[in-house]
Amino acid sequence: MKPLRLIPERPNLNIMRPRKVALAFSFLLVAASIVLAVVPGLNFGIDFRGGTVIEIRTEGPADIAGLRSQLGNLGLGDVTLQRFGADTDVLIRVQEQPGEDQSIVIKTIQATLGDSVEYRRTEFVGPTVGEELKEAGFIAMVVSLLGIFAYIWFRFEWQFSVGALTALVHDVLATIGLFALTGMEFNLATVAAVLTIAGYSINDTVVVYDRVRENLRRYKSMAMPDLLNLSVNETLSRTFMTSFTTLLALFALAAFGGEVIRGFCIALIWGIVIGTYSSVFVAVPALLWTGVTPVGVRSDSGEGDDAGEDGNVPATP
Amino acid sequence: MLYIERWKLILIALVCVLGFVYAAPNLILSRDDGDAQSDLPFYVPYRTINLGLDLRGGSYLLLEVETQAVVQERVESLTDVVRTALREERVRRRNLRVEDNGVSFDLLDPSRVEEVRQLLQEQDPTLEVETTADGHVQLVLNEDDMRELRRSAVTQSIEIIRRRIDETGTREPIIQRQGDNRIIVQLPGVDNPQRMKDVIGQTAKLTFHLVDTGTTPSEARQGALTPGSVILPALDEGDRTQQAEYVVRKRVIVGGESLVDAQPNFQQGQPVVSFRFDTVGAQKFGRATQQNVGKPLAIVLDGKVISAPVIRDAILGGNGIISGSFSTQQVQDLALLLRAGALPAPLTVLEERSVGPGLGADSIAAGKVASTIGMALVVVFMILAYGLFGIFSVVALMLNLVLIMAALSILQATLTLPGIAGIVLTIGMAVDANVLIFERIREELRSGRTPVTAIDSGFRAAMRTIIDANLTTLIAAIVLFSLGSGPVKGFAVTLAIGLITSMFSAVFVTRAIVVTWLRQVRPKALPI
Repeated sequence: MKPLRLIPERPNLNIMRPRKVALAFSFLLVAASIVLAVVPGLNFGIDFRGGTVIEIRTEGPADIAGLRSQLGNLGLGDVTLQRFGADTDVLIRVQEQPGEDQSIVIKTIQATLGDSVEYRRTEFVGPTVGEELKEAGFIAMVVSLLGIFAYIWFRFEWQFSVGALTALVHDVLATIGLFALTGMEFNLATVAAVLTIAGYSINDTVVVYDRVRENLRRYKSMAMPDLLNLSVNETLSRTFMTSFTTLLALFALAAFGGEVIRGFCIALIWGIVIGTYSSVFVAVPALLWTGVTPVGVRSDSGEGDDAGEDGNVPATP
Repeated sequence: MLYIERWKLILIALVCVLGFVYAAPNLILSRDDGDAQSDLPFYVPYRTINLGLDLRGGSYLLLEVETQAVVQERVESLTDVVRTALREERVRRRNLRVEDNGVSFDLLDPSRVEEVRQLLQEQDPTLEVETTADGHVQLVLNEDDMRELRRSAVTQSIEIIRRRIDETGTREPIIQRQGDNRIIVQLPGVDNPQRMKDVIGQTAKLTFHLVDTGTTPSEARQGALTPGSVILPALDEGDRTQQAEYVVRKRVIVGGESLVDAQPNFQQGQPVVSFRFDTVGAQKFGRATQQNVGKPLAIVLDGKVISAPVIRDAILGGNGIISGSFSTQQVQDLALLLRAGALPAPLTVLEERSVGPGLGADSIAAGKVASTIGMALVVVFMILAYGLFGIFSVVALMLNLVLIMAALSILQATLTLPGIAGIVLTIGMAVDANVLIFERIREELRSGRTPVTAIDSGFRAAMRTIIDANLTTLIAAIVLFSLGSGPVKGFAVTLAIGLITSMFSAVFVTRAIVVTWLRQVRPKALPI
């Protein structure tokens, strides 16, 4: 039986040629993400914003309009209803009430809807905890990015760690951008997804960088763009295979894992796609700009590495 | 050249066997069997994976003890002490008031400052007394004392919450202190979180007071309130058979701390709580009722009057009942609260996450389906892509799952829904190590090496990459764990465990299988 190959055995893609286009695309992606994260902004879940979420299951298909009119006039402020997976399931979100204790919302809604519905999930987060979780989530993102940066610096030269961090920040921002664009709820699980994406993306990047480093030792006189191109091509098969298996598993999870973690899975799927892209088109070209040189051979002109626009001009004379 | 020492092979086999042994209880025992044997030592493989509240159903509550209330109470009692002491010594003062965790007042005769200082210091040597020459005196609670007060309020609260929860019959509750004044309560399997919150959150301070029959509440509102009395609302304001407010004496005849028992009961078909005082409480209660026959006695719970029956006879035995407009459930809960004791300070619920049993069961089912399908897809793909070597990696992958189960069982880590996602993600990523190795072997073969050297250098060269790649993800997992709140922590745990076990299974186990196969078959070409 002939093994299945996702890509040709010896791919000979010129990854470096479209790097300016890729750069422009990445730049736009990140800029758009930042803009979207400001306006309209992220749809923070109760983890960060405080408030109450109640998931109910009704007998028979839920009458959303009826429920809305029942719950709209309880004096609880902003109440939003949303079908949640099955026809019978409804997610009720209620804005944060003044004061710490939000239990009044659950009490009021249970008193209004009575025992005719099944209360599948009730959650509330008070303002203090919301603020704390927001802070903790932010710190977690920064700390893990720095931790990964430090590790790469320790294992590779600084040029590599700058390249890796650039790709990482790119992926994190692009993921946040996805949430801003789609209005999917941004909550603690999203932070977990973003950090996992960071871990996954760096995983891809490290594999390519490892090969770059190996080739730097092996082909001391090869021009940098060619060397980077070669390294990407040599690892391309692996990059695709791994991303593909991971995506297979994640699609299964998104399709069958239930409504509660669907958003989480979608974030991961997007992150793996963007992480795979960035490890090839962001992390590797970044090495040109940070000025990685073959071991023992110093570049005379520093930034001159960038001269070989189409990958043919030797960077090191 | 391609050779694994015997002891290494034995070690790898041993880890695998242990993995199976410790994972086995999850397949054989139901959760309850595991619980029943929880007194066995850790190395006996009886433990099953601990399911998180989002899968089992249950409630997570984050509570804050309002410790300032305890300090406030202490300061108020200090005010009484000061007032009495000054009165007894005939010291004239004005402006006696509570100020910044302390008490302050002004002496009319500033020359008695030193005398007053000594007097107050005798009352309570731990007090810090500051005086000025113009007769201003300020008493401040000692910092250490206040810290101790707050600390013990939290400790006591935990104790009382534990007693209350035990009384409700909830199994395996987890009650932990978090930070200075917070308490985490986790209640697996609770299907009425609202009731549990009511039971946990109520202060349940019961006191008996005489009703001030001199004034009515409306007169008292207009200024006829005597200093020793206070207006309290009725517990059930909607109850038309009772008045809405009462004027009661501040002095407590006897309090809930003197109760030795309280039980739900019936009297003339109405649900009531019957109670019994300890000896000292019974004496106080007996004396007060003896002296006040014919007057109403207010039963006050958390500053609200449950009822104010008229004392018909002296109650000398120390037994009594509390009646009111109660439901059977309310009576049961009140009896429970009185038995467990009052909280030293009010509690606020800062965060609640409750999952009903239905959703939990659905999540488990969905998780099972999703991971089975995800697994099947990956298995088929790996075999299609790498043939025999794909099968090798699938064996390693299965073993990886067994090891994850074993590790979760041994560590008693909690498996949450995002945790299942973490495992599924690990399935995808676990094959990464094998992909790296196999792709490397293919490359080596292409550059013309023999099968044996290709495999050898394939494993060797891929190893460093695998470690680098996994360690960086591990950094993210560890940070996530320390950020940790419930489900997310569960995700971090399974991700971290999965990374470690996948490195073991993909690198060592696959290598052992491949090497054994090579030695047995001695192939001329590799089917990869």
